[in-house]
Amino acid sequence: MTDTLTPVLTDSWDTERAWTLPAYESRGGYGALRKALGMEPGAIVEAVKESGLRGRGGAGFPTGMKWSFIPQDNPKPKYLVVNADESEPGTCKDIPLMMANPHVLVEGVIISSFAIRANKAFIYIRGEVLHVIRRVQAAVAEAYAAGHLGQDIHGSGYDLDVIVHAGAGAYICGEETALLEGLEGRRGQPRLRPPFPAVAGLYASPTVINNVESIASVPSIIEHGHEWFASMGTEKSKGYGIFSLSGHVANPGQFEAPLGITLRELIDLAGGIRDGHQLKFWTPGGSSTPLLTDEHLDVPLDFEGVAGVGSMLGTRALQIFDETTCVVRATLRWTEFYKHESCGKCTPCREGTWWLVQVLSRLEQGVGSESDLDLLLDQCDNIAGRSFCALADGAAAPIQSSIKFFRDEYIAHLTHGGCPFDPAASTLFATSGALA
Amino acid sequence: MTQVDDKTYAELEQIAARYPEPRSGLLPMLHLVQSAHGRITPEGIEACADILGISAADVSGVATFYTMYKRRPVGDYHVGVCTNTLCAVMGGDAIFSRLKDHLDVGNDETTPDGKITLEHIECNAACDYAPVMMVNWEFMDNQTPESATQLVDDLRSGNEVRSTRGPRIVTWRQAERVLAGYPDGLVDEGPAAGPASLVGLRLARENDWKAPDSPGLETGAGAPSSTSEAEEGK
Repeated sequence: MTDTLTPVLTDSWDTERAWTLPAYESRGGYGALRKALGMEPGAIVEAVKESGLRGRGGAGFPTGMKWSFIPQDNPKPKYLVVNADESEPGTCKDIPLMMANPHVLVEGVIISSFAIRANKAFIYIRGEVLHVIRRVQAAVAEAYAAGHLGQDIHGSGYDLDVIVHAGAGAYICGEETALLEGLEGRRGQPRLRPPFPAVAGLYASPTVINNVESIASVPSIIEHGHEWFASMGTEKSKGYGIFSLSGHVANPGQFEAPLGITLRELIDLAGGIRDGHQLKFWTPGGSSTPLLTDEHLDVPLDFEGVAGVGSMLGTRALQIFDETTCVVRATLRWTEFYKHESCGKCTPCREGTWWLVQVLSRLEQGVGSESDLDLLLDQCDNIAGRSFCALADGAAAPIQSSIKFFRDEYIAHLTHGGCPFDPAASTLFATSGALA
Repeated sequence: MTQVDDKTYAELEQIAARYPEPRSGLLPMLHLVQSAHGRITPEGIEACADILGISAADVSGVATFYTMYKRRPVGDYHVGVCTNTLCAVMGGDAIFSRLKDHLDVGNDETTPDGKITLEHIECNAACDYAPVMMVNWEFMDNQTPESATQLVDDLRSGNEVRSTRGPRIVTWRQAERVLAGYPDGLVDEGPAAGPASLVGLRLARENDWKAPDSPGLETGAGAPSSTSEAEEGK
């Protein structure tokens, strides 16, 4: 049996100056790189495939398979791009990972680039996290100085340059083709696929785009073997992952555990729901994953388990809301977010998210009618799945799921003539005994 | 008129030269324009267009797409309050409303002394520290309306302010220079991780929970270095 928590990527976070090269190397860091440089690139791809690692950025696509789509007979340069644009509401794992342990990402970048035969890699970090950018910039500089990057790395004949690129504020750039547009100096609007980035990505060249945590998991797979990685997790969701608990729990935070842990276990680890309150609803993987309720406390948090109850594992961004929270208010705020972040390329999303906000606002103020709920669901049907990227699907998810589980609460806004909740009661600084 | 001085122009060229294709430098170049001019200026746009061989309209199109680029002057301190759902519910709405009153400005407006620009922001990936504020894109975790008013008062009166898990706060223009790819030497300030980031790790330490032992003798890559009985765990 594996332990309840399995710190790998987070294991050094409590050590002195964990972000520096000496601290990382003192724990064996860059050992996996030396091992990898002695392997055939194809064998690294195979090891990552065998490990069962699936993308940690939300979609869960098998990482090794993604790498194997790179056409090695294509004469153009190959590129690795790390998606460090962590912006999905609720998601807060890559940012602390890069702040505390940037070298595990850099080591993963080098091994992964070697595996796909790329000589240039980019780390695209959202711009709004200044200190994280400092830490990654410094880690890359230290890696160059130590000969882990640059020309003829450790005498292997392999060359790699890494560029740390700061974004400028756009949720949509977390979508991989929009990110490529941003990295090419354009407005971040998603591209039509096919062609997929593996064939025509950055500069129309073969490109692998992976999430920070996916790439950071690679050194451990090379160091300890794919069987070691696959010994954690569940049948189709192997390995460990960082679970982020936020909201109305006693001790919010990061918990690195094998995939398949349940929310009941995690809430217990987080000290329970805050004192005197009960779980009402939660997101399993950010605001784009349909809401779940206290019926789902024992669902295994792996790709299949969460899909089995109509949601998605996403980024394991577990936002927890207790009974003081108005689900209509929560949904409206997320919808305003999608409206603000819609890039404007596709009509259903550009126009539809504005309509959603208008209808939801009326309901929240208690001035709509019950038929507005059907109108909302109809609008969602006309938005989800009808745009280039998944932002539109994400916009529909909280609305559809909140109406499914909390239809009565929407209607209560109409009968009450407004929101029946006291927003002060759900704040962190509400005095205990604030009305529930 | 705010001219692009020679040093800035040379640095803009330097940024473009970092990339296989120069236009890839545009986002960091615009950060540098903001650092030099305190906002995106027409002259800055012209300089980027000139260096990249594209039209000013192309550059403008990019500058208007991304929310971190500002067409109006930003104060010394850009104060962001997260009002996305989770932070809003946990108190972000109350904080934002208190700050608007306290500073007597609306969203995306600057105090008359040019010190503070207030803006409500979207999720900044620190939800375990909700309600979250950002000052010049440094984390200010676990805020209350009272701590938030104290924070802006300190910023306005020039008291040194530190991120709750980062360095001392630099000005917005200095921060923009780091985003353009010019480090400022503050990387070693602040801890590796804040308290919420360590909640799971502390529990793992207390209960001796570990990832399985490596099948080989070698250790490393951030994996557990001890050879104890991880197999004994639950």
